[in-house]
Amino acid sequence: MADAEAAKPKSGGARQCSVCNQKRAALKRPKTLQQICRDCFYSAFEEEVHNVIVGNQLFKRGERIAIGASGGKDSTVLAYVLSELNRRHNYGLDLFLLSVDEGITGYRDDSLETVQRNKIQYGLPLKVVSYKELYGWTMDEIVKMIGLKNNCTFCGVFRRQALDRGAAMLQVDKLATGHNADDVAETVLLNILRGDIARLSRCTSIVTGEDGPIPRCIYSPNAYRGFAREFIKDLERIRPRAILDIIKSGENFRISASTKMPEQGTCERCGYISSQKWCKACVLLEGLNQGLPKLGIGRTRGLNNDHKMDATQTSGSKPCGTLDF
Amino acid sequence: MKLTIEFGGGLELLCNSVKVHNVKVDPQDGEEKLTMKGLLSWVCKNLIKERPEMFMKGDTVRPGVLVLVNDCDWELSGQLETPLEEKDVVVFISTLHGG
Ligand SMILES: [Zn+2]
Ligand SMILES: [Zn+2]
Repeated sequence: MADAEAAKPKSGGARQCSVCNQKRAALKRPKTLQQICRDCFYSAFEEEVHNVIVGNQLFKRGERIAIGASGGKDSTVLAYVLSELNRRHNYGLDLFLLSVDEGITGYRDDSLETVQRNKIQYGLPLKVVSYKELYGWTMDEIVKMIGLKNNCTFCGVFRRQALDRGAAMLQVDKLATGHNADDVAETVLLNILRGDIARLSRCTSIVTGEDGPIPRCIYSPNAYRGFAREFIKDLERIRPRAILDIIKSGENFRISASTKMPEQGTCERCGYISSQKWCKACVLLEGLNQGLPKLGIGRTRGLNNDHKMDATQTSGSKPCGTLDF
Repeated sequence: MKLTIEFGGGLELLCNSVKVHNVKVDPQDGEEKLTMKGLLSWVCKNLIKERPEMFMKGDTVRPGVLVLVNDCDWELSGQLETPLEEKDVVVFISTLHGG
């Protein structure tokens, strides 16, 4: 009984923070296995992020930076830490919150509320762009048109581009998105399982053009992904560093110069990064607008091969960076 | 004893979207004093209304579910063996849902 009492954190000073030796430890960092208190964790985390920003020269003074804000924990942490470091270290950045409303009834209510709170808490201007505004279709309308079965394709493609297109509307220099280590490790694993070498070598890089972690489908979560996530969490339980090690392995993948990589050009229609004449979103949109929603799903490449379309003016895509920690 | 139990990160969906539960729990099967082990089986029986496999795996929480006892990771207090006391606050947060 006495031992059990001693192990209990709230019974005075039993387990102290191994950094400050003053406050009671609140967590064990998987990275270092150190038991540390909340304040020491915050300062260690913020210091590490600052070092990554400076070490990789992620930003230049005077730049406009959009922070992808979903209302979830990762983007909330990102909004906090960037606005705090910008102030503390005087980066001289113009920060904006950028949020995407997919147009799914009921789905964003909670998270848009959180984003509104982020805006007030961190004093950052907020721009919400909707699918309706970006693509002319809400996700609800797309589902009505194509049924629940095929919307995964739309979900993935549209979400991947929505933030970039919103960033172009805000005329920012860079887009920062927050990803936790679990997500990045999961993406590394999924890219290995899919044999997607091109994406594997890009998915851990700190500044990217197109690829962040593979977007989740909000309508029907992917069983494959669920399996990968469960697997890495099981690994972590056996060895807490496993997740960081997987990311490290992903970073260490280097593609030999002789391997032919798909070329990265830009979409003729919207300017987004694309290896085809039209990017995937534009192909899907064209299908929707022509009432042929299956166009662009699966292997159909009709539009890219057969039709010559005028390049219409849309959001000129900017180089966009992804910031991982 | 009286406890406050909170669910977050999507786990609240397993209990009718109620995040905070003020409950009264007694020591469970044969325990002299309530521990997290007993509390988990009580929570499963009394609070989780659907898809218990999203919450538990084997005799403990599913990997990816964070457990805090009075704002402190239960890894530091003995996990399943953590003894509970009157007015303790136990928080379960899923890290498996989107960021
Ligand atoms: Zn400390
Ligand atoms: Zn395009």
